[in-house]
Amino acid sequence: MLFRLIRAAAIPAALLAAVLAPAGAARAQGSLNLYCSVQLEWCQAAANAFQRDTGIRVAVSQKGSGEVLAQLRAEAGNPRGDVWFGGTGDPHLQAAEENLSAEYRSPSLDQLHDWAQKQARDSRYRTVGIYAGALGMAFNPELLARRNIAAPACWRDLLDARFRNEIQMANPQSSGTAYVMIATIVQIMGEDPAFEYLKALHRNINAYPRSGTGPIKSVARGETAVSVSFVHDAVTERLGGFPVSSAVPCEGTGYEVGSMSIIRGARNLRSAQRFYDWALTPAAQQLGAESKQFQTPSNRATPVPAEAPRMADIRLIDYDFAKYGASAERRRLIERWDREVNALPR
Amino acid sequence: MRAAGLWSSLVALAAALLLPWYLLQDGIAATPLANLAWLTDPDFAPAAGQVLAEGRWWLLPALLAPALGLLSALLPLARPVRAAGFLVAGAGGLLALLAQGYAIGVQGWSAPWLEALGPMESRQFGIGWGGAVVPLALAVLLAAGLAGRGAFRGDAFTAAVAVLVAGSIGLFTAMPLVLLLGDAFRDPSGALAAGAVFGRLADDRLWSLGCLAGAPRCGVVWNTLLLGTLVGASTTAMGLAFALLVTRGRLRWARGLRWLTVLPIVTPPFILGLGLILIFGRSGLVSNAASAWFGLELGRWIYGLPGVLLAQLFAFTPIAFLVLIGVVEGLSPTLEEASSTLRATPRETFATVTLPLLRPGIANAFLLGFVESMADFGNPVVLGGNFGVLATEIFFAVVGAQADAGRAATLSLILLALALGAFSLQRWLTARKSYVSIGGKGDGGLAPPLPAGVRRLCLSVALPWAALTVILYGLALSGGFVEIWGRDYTPTFRHMVKAFDIEGGQLTGLAWNSVITTVTLAAIAAPVTAALGIAAAWLFSRTRFAGRGVLEFATMLSFAVPGTVIGVAYLRAFNLPPLELAGTGAIIVACFVFRNLPVGLRSGMAAMAQIDPSLDEASHTLGGGGGDAFRRVVLPLLRPAIVAGLVYAFVRAMTTISAVIFLVTADTELATVFIVNRVINGDYGLAIAVAVVLIALMVVMLGLAQLLVGRRRIGRRAAVPVVATRGAVA
Repeated sequence: MLFRLIRAAAIPAALLAAVLAPAGAARAQGSLNLYCSVQLEWCQAAANAFQRDTGIRVAVSQKGSGEVLAQLRAEAGNPRGDVWFGGTGDPHLQAAEENLSAEYRSPSLDQLHDWAQKQARDSRYRTVGIYAGALGMAFNPELLARRNIAAPACWRDLLDARFRNEIQMANPQSSGTAYVMIATIVQIMGEDPAFEYLKALHRNINAYPRSGTGPIKSVARGETAVSVSFVHDAVTERLGGFPVSSAVPCEGTGYEVGSMSIIRGARNLRSAQRFYDWALTPAAQQLGAESKQFQTPSNRATPVPAEAPRMADIRLIDYDFAKYGASAERRRLIERWDREVNALPR
Repeated sequence: MRAAGLWSSLVALAAALLLPWYLLQDGIAATPLANLAWLTDPDFAPAAGQVLAEGRWWLLPALLAPALGLLSALLPLARPVRAAGFLVAGAGGLLALLAQGYAIGVQGWSAPWLEALGPMESRQFGIGWGGAVVPLALAVLLAAGLAGRGAFRGDAFTAAVAVLVAGSIGLFTAMPLVLLLGDAFRDPSGALAAGAVFGRLADDRLWSLGCLAGAPRCGVVWNTLLLGTLVGASTTAMGLAFALLVTRGRLRWARGLRWLTVLPIVTPPFILGLGLILIFGRSGLVSNAASAWFGLELGRWIYGLPGVLLAQLFAFTPIAFLVLIGVVEGLSPTLEEASSTLRATPRETFATVTLPLLRPGIANAFLLGFVESMADFGNPVVLGGNFGVLATEIFFAVVGAQADAGRAATLSLILLALALGAFSLQRWLTARKSYVSIGGKGDGGLAPPLPAGVRRLCLSVALPWAALTVILYGLALSGGFVEIWGRDYTPTFRHMVKAFDIEGGQLTGLAWNSVITTVTLAAIAAPVTAALGIAAAWLFSRTRFAGRGVLEFATMLSFAVPGTVIGVAYLRAFNLPPLELAGTGAIIVACFVFRNLPVGLRSGMAAMAQIDPSLDEASHTLGGGGGDAFRRVVLPLLRPAIVAGLVYAFVRAMTTISAVIFLVTADTELATVFIVNRVINGDYGLAIAVAVVLIALMVVMLGLAQLLVGRRRIGRRAAVPVVATRGAVA
């Protein structure tokens, strides 16, 4: 009987043994749990450099910004992360709106570009801009040459019949990148003409992939000729050896403000604040370019690498993040897009 | 019954007296052992120490319940009285511990109305060894009590297995999902609104049939159903073709074919989809050749239903194969021999005897293919184009720009309903007949070869498929050894070196950490999954008790919903005490086990359906208990199913991505997450280099498992019957 019982109990006991062995070691003093939504190399470089500078042990967990937001919501009762570093600004604003992030005013706030400070003001100091990237058009010059198609230079070029079935943009229902594009067009043209534009564009689109970087990967592999993407992503693809060029629309364009927030209820609040201040210094912001990411850093004193798209040369619109970052407006525009554009035949 | 109660009480008491009750921050190794200080230390004390030294009176049941159980076992009592004592001790102790666990949380009382009971200064974090073992032993005590009252035919072993299986499935499958699916009945602000679900269900994006009338797309529910049915039917057909060829095809290269069918299953996610794009994509090999040689523009046909279907066929045919090969091998030739003795042609025998006997296997394989296809996320996201399915919709409802937990929960409900439908259909198809073909009588039959027509048909399906697999893998895996995959095919080892460098005895490669973690966690999860799966299969097909059908369905739950849903559900359910597993390797192991349990269960049940229950009864007649029948009769006959379950659990754990992407932390990064991050960065070389190593590892494991466990001995003769090993049903 004894043996039988032991055997019967062995199954769940083994499971529980596995369960209990690794305890939460990161709760010791002088440590920091970093949720990181930029590329892994950058996350790792930031963690290592911060650890070297301060002696605080950093545990990095790299995930997309949508995934981190979902995780913050799920963990709201017992938060496990301390700082959320990087990722496009909208989810950070949403986290601020949903009271998932904590208010903090860094002393180095006034060294930042205006757009980065504005991001902090818009969120009532629950998040701050750490980099910016302009939206544009990426294209595959080899494919265009083979088909004798001229490269696009303006938003209106994308409506041209020569791009029939050649354009990809992400699906705004899932991708922040695509939502930035819709909000940009709305701000440039006004809402109703913007939706006329999107309907006309719809005829030239061959797919709306779910992820924001999906379209530019298709451009890189020659699956589609043109994509609506952030221009710094084109630099990354090009350095990866793929034929990708980019253009910034002549009518002006919108941009994202990559952000950073302290998570409300952070267990290592002091370390989190130290990291926050550190991440806004020029030395820390240089790490992006060193990891082959070419967004524009938010500290005015950070040197900008030669390959990076020059924000000064780009005609940027006065993007209203407070209005277009709010959940209600965003939901309304995306639903209108789904109803009026996505449902159309091509 | 008495022994079961006695031992479980002793184990519970020992755990309450000696094992640390709470989760230890730095592991059990940091326990202060000197002077037995840990017995009263607030962090390390067991239940007894917590009660006496810390005044945590609410842990008293952890001591009282085992004591009562022990008393009932030792005192000379009548059986019903003793059973009642076990019942009261087990159930009462469990309830009391559960109540205190959920009532007192990280910030004292966990609900405002509890303040009425007086102030609560103390706070509780997650439970540790003591907190886990005591309830576990109490559950066995409860089972002993139930058996004593006559439930489960009075057999303590059956009762214990039933209680433990039910408890673990309830805790790790039903509870997280029920918590999450509750969101369907909440409005966007989080308030309870039962009507919200109807509005979401009526959504035109789900049910529109417009594509039949020329609109650009149909509802995602129809897409999902269409895809699932196609995938289920084709994987079953293909799996059957392979299984028949390998076992009865008289092929010299049957073993090679066998390994080939297993390849896709050991492939980490995304690799297959990317490989298909390289072959069939717009700039892929086939398209380039077609435009260069024939001037044909094949275009982008791969994006959408055809591409997803193709990728899922690659991915899930092996599952159908694994299920069916166990069934084909177990098929008794006696009936087929009888058929040919009665002058049936081989073809008639095949159509009227062999195929009908395979029906449970075919139904199970179809169910698995259908459900897997519905829950698959990686392939539709890479190849789906505008073809949306429920799994991708759910993922993007959770993490997308328009995050909507209510919609995600509603879509998950629909997915579950579809899975339930398929499940009942399968039951209805197979439950009415007997498919027993392994009996106690010696059956030294010889399996007939396949009829020529059937063999040709199987070959014509299997050979092109095998060729395509070889090409696809050759191309996909070459990515790890060339400069830039898809562009620059200069051979190089730099990706391999970058991933798996060793300098002066130090593992400096980027991928070491994640690969080692993955193998460790998968190796812990696989045997647990297989054991639990077989125990559950035995329980569901050999014993009768109330609520069996519900329990059986509950195990399917975690399989039918996409991994992302499971991941979020786990994070939500296990983030708070008493079961504070988030951030540990444990939550990943639990996720592996309960997500992959249904496959072990299904293949176990398909195999069990072939074993005559009279064998169990013979064991009973000879004085064996439920445990003896299970261990000595069923287990040896189930070897192929066990191997299949073990192998599948290990491999799935190594290749899972969507379920664990929310659960991994810096300390527990998994190789699949590493690979996906590389793919997202466009660093295919490194991603494929790691994938190649994982595949090699899994193939080695498969080979080892095959060697170690060996074959089931059912007393079938070999093709050249030299010595018939008679009556080897030991």
